Amino acid sequence: MILGKKQREALLDPIFNNNPIALQVLGVCSALAVTSKLSTALVMGLAVTFVTGGSSAAVAAIRNSIPPSIRIIVQLSIIASFVILTDQILKAYVFDISKQLSVFVGLIITNCIVMGRAEAYAMQNGPWLSFLDGVGNAMGYSLILVVVGTIRELFGSGSLFGYAILQRTADGGWYEPNGLMLLSPSAFFLIGIFIWVLRAWKPEQQEKD
Amino acid sequence: MQYSMKYIFGFAAVLCFVCSIMISTANVGLRERQEINKVLDKQKSVLQAAWLVQPGEKVNRARVEELFKNVRPRIIELSTGKVLEEVNADTFDEESLPSLPAPTNKAGIREIKEQVKIYEIMEGDKVTMFVLPIVGKGLWSTMHGFLALDADTRTIRGLTYYDQAETPGLGGEVVNPKWKALWQGRLAYDENWSAKIAVIKGPAGPVEQNPYAVDGLSGATLTSRGVTNMLQFWLGENGFAPFLKSFRESGRA
Repeated sequence: MILGKKQREALLDPIFNNNPIALQVLGVCSALAVTSKLSTALVMGLAVTFVTGGSSAAVAAIRNSIPPSIRIIVQLSIIASFVILTDQILKAYVFDISKQLSVFVGLIITNCIVMGRAEAYAMQNGPWLSFLDGVGNAMGYSLILVVVGTIRELFGSGSLFGYAILQRTADGGWYEPNGLMLLSPSAFFLIGIFIWVLRAWKPEQQEKD
Repeated sequence: MQYSMKYIFGFAAVLCFVCSIMISTANVGLRERQEINKVLDKQKSVLQAAWLVQPGEKVNRARVEELFKNVRPRIIELSTGKVLEEVNADTFDEESLPSLPAPTNKAGIREIKEQVKIYEIMEGDKVTMFVLPIVGKGLWSTMHGFLALDADTRTIRGLTYYDQAETPGLGGEVVNPKWKALWQGRLAYDENWSAKIAVIKGPAGPVEQNPYAVDGLSGATLTSRGVTNMLQFWLGENGFAPFLKSFRESGRA
């Protein structure tokens, strides 16, 4: 691997050791909304990766000239620009999926992970490290989205990426889809289970009472 | 480190300028593609409503444009049903027309436009089908779609929704090809030309037994009712009934 230890940590730590959803419990709102299908979950993950990576790098590049009194609004402007850019690109190249993601692409702005990384990491570190940290955190977020999306689409619609895996009774097959999986509360359960499994595997993530 | 007021304002101004340059560049650069996507998406829905594009069939831009050669967009006046030959359908912009308050209806429609774009599916110079835009409230969302009617103005050839946000798996099944296929051949009007088609609770059976009903979506009573209400509205006197009537009387049918 060409990355040094520090870089590797910035990129890979957020995936399991410091996962933004599972450990920090940030960004749960959109994780509920876009995971009823795998394709939207995946595209949402990519969009957040682009925004977090880009905005963290941009914030880090100008971190020493940002006046502290307006730093939050500066970060927000940069993030908002990246979000609009992402939305425009999705509309131009993957129109169908952007239609399904609708308002949630715009709402990446309010995703605490993006701002959290800009404020907590990018303000103190160089652009390259911050970029890796942003991408790593977004990948941690995407990982959960994809896991939840896979389970919800498979058991809720019997398909993955829209291709039938379990033949539904409605289509003459044997599988009776689980309607709960298509509704947002199921994502709560799945994320909860994910956090449980992760903390059982890595007990140091458990919080002390 | 202390920053002067001047620096702070200057910094903010420069940042805003850079950000806006970035966004406007993207917007201008990608606009053409986005517009094409929007038009294509709508044309695809028209073709799907008429079953000229099969469900799940992947169609590229060239194929849509080729199929659309047999589709003639028309602008009609809703209240009189007259075709407005003088309006160019390609540049017609419905958004720019004033909205009129809609007559009382159960479909949750608040405003309508006096002029509406419809599509005639042609075979040579004979109309074989109409594709009519319909809109109305479902359970959560306003549903936008197209209804394809045969040139006899009574037989339904297809129904499709291109924009809706009903519960996936329940009301969202309005986009399920299996359900959409049930519409083919049902009758929109009875012998007295009053709109009779309805989504009922439970299965409706084959067309011959039950020409005026379509299977309800299980677990989605309100969405099903929304579909019925919007069809009743758009097939009624305030919808396309005047246009369909004048078409029948023109003898072109």
